[in-house]
Amino acid sequence: MRILFKTSYLDDIRLFQHSGQVFWYGLLTVGLLLAPFVLGDFYVGELSYVFVLAIAGVGLMLLIGYTGLVSLGHGAFMAIGAYTNTYLITKGVPFLIAFPAAGLAALLAGVLIAVPANRMTGIYLAIATLAFSQIVEQLVIRWESVTRGFQGMPVPAPELFGHALARPWEFYYFCLAVLILVVLAAINLTRSPTGRAMVAIRDSEISAQSLGVNLVQYKTIAFALSAGITGLGGALLGHKMRFISPDAFNILLSIQLLLMVVVGGLGSIHGAILGAIFVGGLPQAIALMRDYLPPTIARTPGLEPGLFGVVMVSVVLFEPLGIYGRWLKIKAFFDYFPIYRRATFKRQRSYLKTERVR
Amino acid sequence: MTLTETRTDAVAPSASAAPRRQADAPALFEADDISIAFGGIKAVDGVTFDVAAGEIFAIVGPNGAGKSTIFNLISRIYEPTGGRLTFQGQDITNVPPHTIARRGIARTFQNIELFEHATVLDNLLIGRHCRAKPNIFAEMLFTPGVRRRELEHREAVEEVIDFLDLANYRDQRISGLPYGVRKVVELARALCARPKLLLLDEPASGLNTEETEEVAFWIDDIKNDLGITVIMIEHDMSLVSAVSNRVLALNNGRTLALGTPSEVQSNPAVIEAYLGGEAP
Repeated sequence: MRILFKTSYLDDIRLFQHSGQVFWYGLLTVGLLLAPFVLGDFYVGELSYVFVLAIAGVGLMLLIGYTGLVSLGHGAFMAIGAYTNTYLITKGVPFLIAFPAAGLAALLAGVLIAVPANRMTGIYLAIATLAFSQIVEQLVIRWESVTRGFQGMPVPAPELFGHALARPWEFYYFCLAVLILVVLAAINLTRSPTGRAMVAIRDSEISAQSLGVNLVQYKTIAFALSAGITGLGGALLGHKMRFISPDAFNILLSIQLLLMVVVGGLGSIHGAILGAIFVGGLPQAIALMRDYLPPTIARTPGLEPGLFGVVMVSVVLFEPLGIYGRWLKIKAFFDYFPIYRRATFKRQRSYLKTERVR
Repeated sequence: MTLTETRTDAVAPSASAAPRRQADAPALFEADDISIAFGGIKAVDGVTFDVAAGEIFAIVGPNGAGKSTIFNLISRIYEPTGGRLTFQGQDITNVPPHTIARRGIARTFQNIELFEHATVLDNLLIGRHCRAKPNIFAEMLFTPGVRRRELEHREAVEEVIDFLDLANYRDQRISGLPYGVRKVVELARALCARPKLLLLDEPASGLNTEETEEVAFWIDDIKNDLGITVIMIEHDMSLVSAVSNRVLALNNGRTLALGTPSEVQSNPAVIEAYLGGEAP
């Protein structure tokens, strides 16, 4: 077990708490940088898909995991990002401008939905965002002059300084770079006043307000930021698929995003990444499993959504802290071996609201 | 004799006997005839009081008397249906709720409203929010300026941690803390905002005798060392008489008595409200 000896306030602020973290994250980075040299094009493509999902996941995590606002419609922000990006590129705007513009468009849509969302919480907010995603989907279908409706649009490879990132490994590195930047920005935010204000809103709106947090302002910031990052993810998803059409951004995508943050573990950036690996990897795992399963099960249509559903329900029932929560428990088990107690992660009952309920 | 008659009878003598705050000290906070009604129920009905700087002012009364409602009116969580609230000579009756903390009013809650899934340190840092000037773009880059301000906030927080002896719990999550510690953390969080006026909603509820004594010492220290004026709601009359300068007794949203702790405790209307008996 590692005992941290803190000698400066900076010890609590810096990105890596100890040399072990520097080593493991460094190893991970090196591994990811070397991956295209080792893996084939197919797996490099799958990894970039995971990165794209992770970018959107970090966006959604800021909203759900940190600010406590549920969204069932984040697929819509991906759609807005993807279509804005593609439309601008087909109109001759360079990718390096179209890509941030896609994020900006989604961000503005986020501000727009924050206006009604500021008056709602919980299930009502979930339904409102769901309705919003339906509106966006219809808009994409009907606004044919821009989106070409059901015909869809081909997405050219992103072009950096006149060089098209056409090969999978080029796109892989670009996605990795964007993901790292997004994760860094998110981590920086969570260790500064804005991120703490978001956490405050999640845990107790009333005391956040009495400590000077402007609820409307910070909920709007959370929505805008979350939508903007998700929009960037959407733009990259368009490039990954090379073709966008309305049915790529339907309700199923929104639910996959939600699944990602819940299964990964709410309230941590790690959770968003682990969730993306899970959601991105599960179809592959199912495809591999198909060969070994009895044909009646393997050929069943809807096996994938079905499994997603089963996993979602099981996680909520058995591991509300998600994959990252499980990882923390395993780590604690070895850290404290042999004195680990199961109750360490149990929420303690506090007898506050028994006697005097208002 | 009806209840209303008793009340009018009782208020008159006690109000005149109540020591007014010293004429030379300006009132830090004034509530002038504030009222709020929820539907037909008048939770607070024409309550008037003022609190001088450096005073410890207690509000007592049976359950449902409107004590916490007064706090919620001061924090601007509720919209008063009548009356005026003045803080440092400024009318705060209609200012947005999130500006209250920056003006120098911090509070605790009756049912502890901490940020459950954050550490004690994070909770206290959120207490600094009203003193921070967040710039989201600088924060995403975590510029040296942001880092410097973070260190400043941390220093301010550490002072409060020292003051309330919370160093052992600094890195623990609230969800794993015992009740007594949570109460102290909430007090600490309010102090982190560097308030001029501190509203304590039942600081001793659920605490044992020793912890209550500790709270009494802290409230004294908060007044004497930090120079913070305190308004507290409390049921524990031993704590009230130990620390407070003046007491306001409420019942059914109306003022029963206002005066020194001993005056209020011996006031017949107060005794009747608490014990339900006929006033002697």
